[in-house]
Amino acid sequence: MSIEQILGLCTGLAFGFLLQKGRVLRYDKQVNAMLFKDMTIFKFMLSAIIVGMFGILALSDFKLIQLSHKAMNMGGILVGGALFGVGWAVMGFCPGTSVGAVGEGRWHAVFGVVGMVVGAGLYAELYPTFKNTVLSWGDFGKIGLPGALGINHWIVALIFTAITLLLFRWFEKKGL
Amino acid sequence: MSAQLNKAQRDGWSPYLAGALVGLLAILSVYLTTTYMGKSNYLGASTTFVRAAGLVFQNFDAAHVAQNAYYAKEKVKVDWQFLMLIGIFFGALLSSVTDKSFKLEGVPPVWQQRFGPSVVKRAIFAFLGGIVAMVGARLADGCPSGHGLSGMMQLSVSSFVAMAMFFGFGALVAHFMYTRGA
Repeated sequence: MSIEQILGLCTGLAFGFLLQKGRVLRYDKQVNAMLFKDMTIFKFMLSAIIVGMFGILALSDFKLIQLSHKAMNMGGILVGGALFGVGWAVMGFCPGTSVGAVGEGRWHAVFGVVGMVVGAGLYAELYPTFKNTVLSWGDFGKIGLPGALGINHWIVALIFTAITLLLFRWFEKKGL
Repeated sequence: MSAQLNKAQRDGWSPYLAGALVGLLAILSVYLTTTYMGKSNYLGASTTFVRAAGLVFQNFDAAHVAQNAYYAKEKVKVDWQFLMLIGIFFGALLSSVTDKSFKLEGVPPVWQQRFGPSVVKRAIFAFLGGIVAMVGARLADGCPSGHGLSGMMQLSVSSFVAMAMFFGFGALVAHFMYTRGA
């Protein structure tokens, strides 16, 4: 195995372990979030985002890493985002959690994994068509929120953190 | 004491704590990949399904896969992210076996309550949902890991919009599936 593969495997082991400990791999947790009954996956995701954000912005300021924004392609993000949402609700797993769900014994997620491999193959076949249609509707490029708003990234990060903490307080108040 | 232990097994860790540790893992992982691979790699999952599809379909028609523009763009290889997904499987297995929350499940409880105990029915919907979700994830260039975690950490505009679309449409369909006529 190459160093790249060893790094990937170790990162995945830790990631899968923490996803399982947070109990976010389960179908019930994901669907109950969409039904606004249990916000466990949001507590998990937003905690990861605010912690990760400060570290990544700092490392990027010191030029130790490069930021890698994904392009704001209107058709891709809006149509793809909507399709993903529909599939996510029906399957009850996202790509990362599906594999972890199989790991904790929820073997029905295997059918979702197989469906996603077929979906990826289908996308590869349809790629030229998508490129000339949905993906050609307009592209704002690889932009960050601070640049788009013209505000320093640390201020955006602090505002985002404040909103997240208020949201957490509300979740706990409502027992979600 | 044993009641407490059962509760711990059922509930796991606080999602705030487990999530915060994933945040630290994300920082460490971006730093290590930049240092050792010369390229900043962020947590993500859906591109691996393209590579897996390429590896599978190569067995049937290698020339076709070799000519396809999308496989050429994403490159059919077992890379960092591919191994990360394999790691997620074993990490979840290790965690669930050691705290005894591992459970063989063919139909999830919430689904069973609404749609009955048929494994075939659940399998068909999971399969079809998987196809739709992955076509969407590739169009959007990311999933709740790549956009939701990694993109939002970097304050990417596309990721905030994508995550809102993911969850907005997910909520719409989930309400349609679970509250209609109930």
